[in-house]
Amino acid sequence: MAIAKVLLVDDETPFVETMTKRLIKRDLGITPAFNGNEALKRLKEDDKIEVVILDVKMPGMDGIETLQEIRKRYPLVEVIMLTGHATVESAIEGMKLGAFDYLMKPCDIDNLISKVSEAAAKKRQHENKIIEARMKKITGTMV
Amino acid sequence: MTSGSHKKDPYYNSLTRRMILTVIIVSFTPMILVSGAILYQFHISYHEKVAAHLEELVQKHKQNIDSFLNEKLGEIRFLVQNSEFENLRKESYLEQQLATLQQELDPVFVDLGMVNAKGLQIAYAGPFKLGKAQYSEAEWFKQAIKSQYFISDVFLGLRGLPHFIVTVRKSFHGEHWVFRATIDFMAFNNLVENVRIGKTGFAFIVNRGGKCQTKPCLDIIPSKSNYMSLLQNGKRAIDKIYIVEAVDDFGKKNIYTSAFLKSGDWMLVCQQNKSDAYSDLYRAKKIAALIFLLGGLGIITMAVLLSRRMVIHIAQADREKDMMNLQVIETGKLATVGELAAGIAHEINNPVAIMVEEAGWMEDLLEDEEVKENLEEFQRALKQINTQGKRCKEITHKLLSFARKTDSRIQVVLMNDLIKDAIGLAEQSAKYSKITINTNLEENIPFIPASQTEIQQVFLNLINNAVDAMDSKGGGVIDITSRVDGGAIVVDFADNGPGIHRNNLARIFDPFFTTKPVGKGTGLGLSICYGIIKKMGGEIHVQSVVNEGTTFSIRIPIPKDLLEESSMA
Repeated sequence: MAIAKVLLVDDETPFVETMTKRLIKRDLGITPAFNGNEALKRLKEDDKIEVVILDVKMPGMDGIETLQEIRKRYPLVEVIMLTGHATVESAIEGMKLGAFDYLMKPCDIDNLISKVSEAAAKKRQHENKIIEARMKKITGTMV
Repeated sequence: MTSGSHKKDPYYNSLTRRMILTVIIVSFTPMILVSGAILYQFHISYHEKVAAHLEELVQKHKQNIDSFLNEKLGEIRFLVQNSEFENLRKESYLEQQLATLQQELDPVFVDLGMVNAKGLQIAYAGPFKLGKAQYSEAEWFKQAIKSQYFISDVFLGLRGLPHFIVTVRKSFHGEHWVFRATIDFMAFNNLVENVRIGKTGFAFIVNRGGKCQTKPCLDIIPSKSNYMSLLQNGKRAIDKIYIVEAVDDFGKKNIYTSAFLKSGDWMLVCQQNKSDAYSDLYRAKKIAALIFLLGGLGIITMAVLLSRRMVIHIAQADREKDMMNLQVIETGKLATVGELAAGIAHEINNPVAIMVEEAGWMEDLLEDEEVKENLEEFQRALKQINTQGKRCKEITHKLLSFARKTDSRIQVVLMNDLIKDAIGLAEQSAKYSKITINTNLEENIPFIPASQTEIQQVFLNLINNAVDAMDSKGGGVIDITSRVDGGAIVVDFADNGPGIHRNNLARIFDPFFTTKPVGKGTGLGLSICYGIIKKMGGEIHVQSVVNEGTTFSIRIPIPKDLLEESSMA
């Protein structure tokens, strides 16, 4: 089983492609997407996605807007923002909007994987808590 | 810059000239008006004063002379009326009467005589031996026989001395006899001779024929034509006094004051040199002229000195301003480069990230045992690194092409290329702000001499401003059009951003005016654009409607020689 199921969103196709290969090699399940809309579509198609790696600067729907949409529609999915130097401010904005963390491009692959793992762990923990809560609710009603 | 300093000398020279001229006009006009008015008033009143003085003098002497003549005539009339006709024919009686007259009344009577109707002097008393003298042909006798009383002009007569006579006609047995008395010329002359006015003024009497009746005429010989014209002025009233100015035979200007005597037979003329009569006035005028001259010299000197000093200050201020402008432009350029650098860092980060990932991928592959199997993958990765490296190079070149040309040398440039360069630099940030840049560039825009950096700075500033304005709105379109219009290249930058509020529209070209938050904008961009375009002799205009968009329009004139060339081609 993969460490985590990840949606990689960036408008730079070669980046997404190579990154995908490298992350797959490191046992991550990767779904690529090349813009905000596509990312939302992929999320809709595949509810197994746990973590989204999201570039801040994208033409069309940018990272922040995409983040907002994701947080609205899929609140449990964790988002890691990917940013160039000039857009640290938007990364901070992203954090405020509920992103899990941010990474500066170009990023160290191990660092990325650890961040993804943390995010996935957090998500799973979150989900477990929800399940527990549901269970308690169900068992509570049973008692 | 060097061409600018060449232009300055004539500019400052003309500034100096204009300042000097203004100061001189402003200070001279009131001076001339005031002194002119005062001098004119003084002139008029002084002339009136002199005229009044002369009139009074002449009037007084006219009365004196008239009364003198009337008195003498009266005395002779009295004598004739109170004497028996027979007695008047006796020389002894006449001698007795003459003695009485000379003793008791007046020493001016020289002799007495009785002339019959035929002009023969019957009786005579006096110092000259004129008994039995024949006067029938004498001019005075012809007139005397016709009227009751008569006073003759001055003549030499038989005695050969100047004199004049007073006659009274007496009728005896139907015949007219004439009693005559000679009046001493010298005594009469004294009446007039004593009239002295100033240094050159004197008086004389002329008869209707223009002959002098008094002594001064004999040695001074006043200009005859002048008083002849006075005499011949037929319209003049007998009892009035006239003052005229005329030039005499010696070329001197004289004032002639004249009055008729003896019921218009004689005329008393008082002649005075004009310069003498108005000497006070002329002195006052000379003093005024001297003061005016000195004052004028003072004013001119001050005007020249002050203007020169002020222009030196102005020139210095201008130099300082120019230096300041240069510094502002440099600062603005740095700010623009800084803004660009931030944008470009992200652009570079993308390919760099790809290269790093590719390198990392190759590393991953090397960890595998089957290196040879992955050869194709290696090749692809290397190719990708190469591609991305080139992309980096392109970006850095764009930045360098802007930053390198920090000199403002004038080169021959093609406007459209510069527009494309600027778009190239701004394109990426525009893309991320969801902004489309459309161009509509006219093909055959001529080359013009300009500083490439400066023009690019203007274009980049305008594009960046449009991008920044529309970024907040969430995207938009920039239309850039270039065309040749009436000897100028016109470049329009139209966006459909939020527009500029009317209150700000007038101030957008002011230095340090910015609507951006503190730390985001220097407020120098547009003021620098304005400065650059103005320096090229061009214009920059802005039209803006809130919520519809803003259009910046640049007009850069094509130099005339280039214009002719292109029209010939």
